Amino acid sequence: MTVIRYQICRAITSLVLALSLAGCAATGANTRAEVPPMHSIDAVKDQRFAEVGDPWEGFNRSMYRFNFYFDKYLFLPVVTGYEFITPTFLQKRISSFYNNIGEVKSLTNSLFQLKGVESATTLGRFVTNSTLGLGGLFDPATSFGLERHDEDFGKTLGYWGVDSGPYLVLPIFGPSSVRDAGGLAVDTGITYGIYTAIDPFGNVNDGFIYDYGIVALDEIDARHQQSFRYYESGYPFEYYMVRFFYHEKREIEAGKPLATE
Amino acid sequence: MTHLRLLFIVCLVLLPVSGLAADDGYGYPITGSYEASIIGTPANLIPEFPAKMNVRQLVLDVFPDRKKPPIFFYDKGLRCIFAYQKQKAPLIFLIGGAGANEQTPRLLTMAKAFYQAGFHVITLPSPTLANFIISASQNSVPGDLTEDAVDLYRVMETAWKRVKGDVEVTSFNLCGYSLGASESAFVAKLDEERLVFNFRKVLMINPPVSLYNSVTRIEDMLKQIPGGPKKQGYFFNRMLTKSSQFYRYGNFIAINEDFLYSIYAEKLFSTSETAGLIGLSYRIGMAGMIFSSDVMTNSGYVVPKNRVLTPTDSIFDYFLVSTHLSFFDYFNEYFFPHFQKQRPGLTKQALIDSLSLKSIEGYLTSSAKFGVMTNENDFILTKAELGYLRQLFGERAKIYPRGGHLGNLEYKDNLAYMTAFFK
Repeated sequence: MTVIRYQICRAITSLVLALSLAGCAATGANTRAEVPPMHSIDAVKDQRFAEVGDPWEGFNRSMYRFNFYFDKYLFLPVVTGYEFITPTFLQKRISSFYNNIGEVKSLTNSLFQLKGVESATTLGRFVTNSTLGLGGLFDPATSFGLERHDEDFGKTLGYWGVDSGPYLVLPIFGPSSVRDAGGLAVDTGITYGIYTAIDPFGNVNDGFIYDYGIVALDEIDARHQQSFRYYESGYPFEYYMVRFFYHEKREIEAGKPLATE
Repeated sequence: MTHLRLLFIVCLVLLPVSGLAADDGYGYPITGSYEASIIGTPANLIPEFPAKMNVRQLVLDVFPDRKKPPIFFYDKGLRCIFAYQKQKAPLIFLIGGAGANEQTPRLLTMAKAFYQAGFHVITLPSPTLANFIISASQNSVPGDLTEDAVDLYRVMETAWKRVKGDVEVTSFNLCGYSLGASESAFVAKLDEERLVFNFRKVLMINPPVSLYNSVTRIEDMLKQIPGGPKKQGYFFNRMLTKSSQFYRYGNFIAINEDFLYSIYAEKLFSTSETAGLIGLSYRIGMAGMIFSSDVMTNSGYVVPKNRVLTPTDSIFDYFLVSTHLSFFDYFNEYFFPHFQKQRPGLTKQALIDSLSLKSIEGYLTSSAKFGVMTNENDFILTKAELGYLRQLFGERAKIYPRGGHLGNLEYKDNLAYMTAFFK
């Protein structure tokens, strides 16, 4: 499994590099002299707004574009194919199943944040849905009033006061920050550790194929549940809107200390 | 526990209107004009629609020879949504308001309602949307109703050419809201000469009477920001802090509909702050229009003339510059000079007059195909303008007691009226 991941990462990295360089090469020489515009930023005497620290914007915009192409030519066709061949009922069960596994991540992180009630709720959800919900295929917990609390290690770090750091657009995963990218790595590590400890296909011949299938289906399901499409808004400043909403949502939900406190 | 929560929400919804809603038999709950426009229709008052629709996305190459600037590399053509019936049916073209794309939630809800009632539907983006300016506008300077109608008509013909082999259509109809409503009227008028579609019925929802007056009223809302629209950044940041604190001290689990609804229910923002927020979101939308138009025409308005922006260049400063421009800046410095060059002798007043339903009122009264639907408290209309619509359309004007500007568009009664209109 690790080898496969490594190879995928290598392939992605070279693709990303090729695309970024292609972007540079496409910029032709501009022979006509520039004329300053009628309105420029110097005349704006106001606080800047909806801005997020983004020192690597050039890289991030390349990555944003890479994700657009990756979605268009690989990811979304696969997801559409999955939606086409899988009955809606089954799609919902698959989503519930992975969401239920995700409760483990939420649970560990609400424990890391010492949130007692929330941890109990999440534990309650996991136990209810794993048993009454037939191994997570259904979600009876929500109808019992146990609401889902999504937590991850990025939020845990934010809760304990770690700054988000610069904005970062990750390949495939999309909008993130230095802190959240670190959090993602930790969460993946924990999930991987638990999975290896249980090792459900350890005694099966060629068990890694099943492991690989489970990871792949997880990614496909995650994209299936996510309705966002790059450049779909038709708004030329979409990159900044996405950046702002991602950042603010994370800051607010992580419960960062407020400026006025 | 869920029931308790539901009950709590129901109480919140009913609280501000108790006494009022019962009077007029109209169940749309939000009384304030601004609030209705922001909140729209609470989810439980939007009818349910079938999950399965036959839908196709159309990407129309309206000008095959057009070379697009590198910054718009992702724009492969004008995007429309086509929902089709298997059997013979009438078709409705739907046009959204300023800045709307082909799948703005309001537009999609309307499309679903029409689809459920048995119509084919094609949704079109607004001519003020960057996608339209880049891919479907002849001159890339949006806002002139006559020229925008020509562009829209071309798009409709292109879309129809694309799908006519696959469906059977009994009649063509047209429906638009806000700016899209004014455009519908002008498109219908053009159709009387071209006769490609021969529209059977045309419904205008929350139309401005005079585009210039309505935008002036929205610009006036920005004056309620302390220090005026030039200090929108301070205002924005202050409102953001306010919402963060509200989230922090309320017991919310995520930024979702419940959270947004509580902002309204607990009156987090004052009326003038709400007005400022509506005005600001309109400016943010208009910034996209100004920027893309300027890039397409290379006019040197906010982007240096002759600068070729690449996909990775930062354009954030252009965003800030553009949101600080008012509609009047755009009109006087960019829009009017553009049309004055094309039509020598054109005066500002003549241009303003041409952007009004009054300029085609003879046609509107003479044709029985039109209907209008709006609200008593739509803030883009004055009392006099509302009276004008009543007088112009008589019984064909449906005016609801509340709903603000577009707030009640997805409310079940309104959707039922719309579908009945086209039956």
